[in-house]
Amino acid sequence: MSEAGTPTPARRRRQEPLIPDGPVRASAHVCMAAGCLSMQADTVFDSLCERVTARGLTDVAVKRVGCLGLCAAGPLVAVPQKGRIYDHVAADDEAALDGVVDGLAGGEGGRPTATDPFFSHQVKVVLEHCGQIDPERVEDYVAVGGYEALTKAVTTMTPAEVLGEVTRSGIRGRGGAGYPTGLKWTTVAKTDSADGKYVVCNGDEGDPGAFMDRSVLESSPQQVLEGMAIAGYAVGANHGYVYVRAEYPLAVKRLTTAIRQAEHAGLLGPRIADSSFSFDVEIRIGAGAFVCGEETALIASIEGGRGTPRPRPPYPAASGLWGKPTLINNVETLASIPTIINRGAEWYSAIGSGKSLGTKVFALAGSVVNTGLIEVPLGLTLREIVFDIGGGLPGGGKFKAVQTGGPSGGCMPESLLDMSVDYESLAQAGSIMGSGGMIVMDDGTCMVDVAKFFMDFCREESCGKCVPCRVGTTQMYRLLDRITRGLASRDELAELESLAGMVRDTSLCGLGQGSPNPVVSTLRYFRDEYMAHIDDHVCPAGVCKMEPREAAVAAGEVAR
Amino acid sequence: MSVLTLTIEGRDVAGQTGHTILQVARENGIEIPTLCHLQGLSDVGACRLCVVEVEGQRKLLPACVTAIDEGMNVTVNSERLAAYRRRVIELLFTERNHVCSVCVADRNCRLQDLAVELGLTHFDLPLLSPQASVDATHERFGIDHNRCVLCTRCVRVCDEIEGAHTWDVMGRGTEARLITDLGTPWGDSKTCTSCGKCVQVCPTGALFEKGRSVAEARRRRPYLPYLVVHEGRTR
Repeated sequence: MSEAGTPTPARRRRQEPLIPDGPVRASAHVCMAAGCLSMQADTVFDSLCERVTARGLTDVAVKRVGCLGLCAAGPLVAVPQKGRIYDHVAADDEAALDGVVDGLAGGEGGRPTATDPFFSHQVKVVLEHCGQIDPERVEDYVAVGGYEALTKAVTTMTPAEVLGEVTRSGIRGRGGAGYPTGLKWTTVAKTDSADGKYVVCNGDEGDPGAFMDRSVLESSPQQVLEGMAIAGYAVGANHGYVYVRAEYPLAVKRLTTAIRQAEHAGLLGPRIADSSFSFDVEIRIGAGAFVCGEETALIASIEGGRGTPRPRPPYPAASGLWGKPTLINNVETLASIPTIINRGAEWYSAIGSGKSLGTKVFALAGSVVNTGLIEVPLGLTLREIVFDIGGGLPGGGKFKAVQTGGPSGGCMPESLLDMSVDYESLAQAGSIMGSGGMIVMDDGTCMVDVAKFFMDFCREESCGKCVPCRVGTTQMYRLLDRITRGLASRDELAELESLAGMVRDTSLCGLGQGSPNPVVSTLRYFRDEYMAHIDDHVCPAGVCKMEPREAAVAAGEVAR
Repeated sequence: MSVLTLTIEGRDVAGQTGHTILQVARENGIEIPTLCHLQGLSDVGACRLCVVEVEGQRKLLPACVTAIDEGMNVTVNSERLAAYRRRVIELLFTERNHVCSVCVADRNCRLQDLAVELGLTHFDLPLLSPQASVDATHERFGIDHNRCVLCTRCVRVCDEIEGAHTWDVMGRGTEARLITDLGTPWGDSKTCTSCGKCVQVCPTGALFEKGRSVAEARRRRPYLPYLVVHEGRTR
């Protein structure tokens, strides 16, 4: 920007990365994922290219990359050769931009990633290439070993060997439920189909505060495509669909580019790596319904129908897209596959603990210093994630709870901070792993209000097909609303709990079955807050506006 | 087709492979309440009234779409199931404006019957009292959205039996509404054949024939030769 306040004149963006002819001594990786891009990372990229050229640095590269992880401190620029990351490199901050160029020229500056706990505590499998490669250049992905796993699979392994490798890796579905991936693949592989099977990648990420799948699709789309092709080879499918929500235009754009480039390079399409295996991928864009993340609703949506779930069985593995056996996996699950094939099941299963093996990507959000995208081995404690990697709460705020699993998940209190983050422990604590959203809350948060927020979300997103979810979530929302307004009685709280059990047990799909979880978990750990609203007519966190009881009694809204 | 044996409500029964728990139970005179189910139409498992307990299964299963299995042990009636079923009916009554005393289907209404059968005596939950409309643009029929329970019987009979697919559902959650064509008034529908099947399958007074007054909407379902009548009456 030339002057503060004046908009940057429209000009042609630089299309190509700045790559010197000779050896590269240092390179600047400019984050181009949605977060940094919204802070004009594209202008930062242009400015850095200009400055490097102006400085006459002939052995320095400047390239666009995907998510660098520390979204709270964007725009971000990494210089991997020096192990440093520069934060807050604003497009109009001359000093910051010059600082990066100084660093490229050999100077100091930036944050060293090796000693920064945000980076050093992470183990990157899914995010291995995020922030390393240009997501819009297939040659970048190939240069870091991309498509080696697919080539290895189709030229040296039988489908059964691929299934065995995935099964022995112990990976479980990263979309939320944690179903063993190897078992799902084997079921689809063993189901006979005369006229085809399908592989579907579920990128309909919709939990509030979650952005793992978006970041992976924006940062390393080829990795997801490679995972799909390997899955196709293993289960005997030749067609794949990626279902991405329309709210992720950048992910859709990069995925479209990735498919075109991969087909052009012969990495997807007919006779991959001169084998007899063919695989193509199409994109389907969601129309804004959260429930389409549920697999049967997603299938209905791809088929062109109304996105509503249907009872299972039959599971999609037996009868899915157009009645054919269909493998549906989440973005993150599929993005883990190339590494599992390349490095082997033993390498992968050495990460993690117990029945939860491998790594999991989390989107850290809420009251936490290092808001961003992280990948950690399963089995780390909540405390390590929130305080070591996340850097704790900003301004020395007091920790109150961490919410995992989105609208189907729960809130875990301080007493559970030393709990291991794995599928079993989370379920035992009344939450779920979910797709990986992790929202940290400080003591300024009212837990009844949080429960109300998630119930409002479920109420709005209920597809309306089954009665318990459609009407039950609306009635639960109304009861929660009355509690937060100080109008509810103890009887109404009992009603809320009874309704929660009924909606959980009788709803048709996971959306309805999981919708009472935020209420049940906050009642389990923060019941005193509910009671304060009801008995003492007070919101302990000072969030809820209590209505004067006398007026409410007079208006007949409260029986007293 | 092979025969499977299973236990329903403590009784040993036999059924054909591929048949549902509901089919086999009714063959053996064991009643399971249903609302969205109508024999002759596909099942959607939406009303959740027919959920049953199956031994070894963590979740409750809808009897209308769950196929029987060898050795299955099914509980149709339990205190928990009875409470859940009453709650389903209660939720439906509170969702829209079901005022029986001025309804064409009074005493000919499946929802009303279910409330009596399941012993729903009062509502614990408040009425949502939405603003729902009536579409009387069709020459012979009308739809009162106040009475609709979104069972989608009309959607299915129109699509599967008549082949017109005039009816569908629009919107989400409690905002979901039945629509004709792409949300245009019923009277303007280009696809409706005015066959009246939707009116005949409606379990409540939502779909009605014009010119009928309160308590007159008797459904003449045997008139639909396609729909199989179960034990002398259609559910």
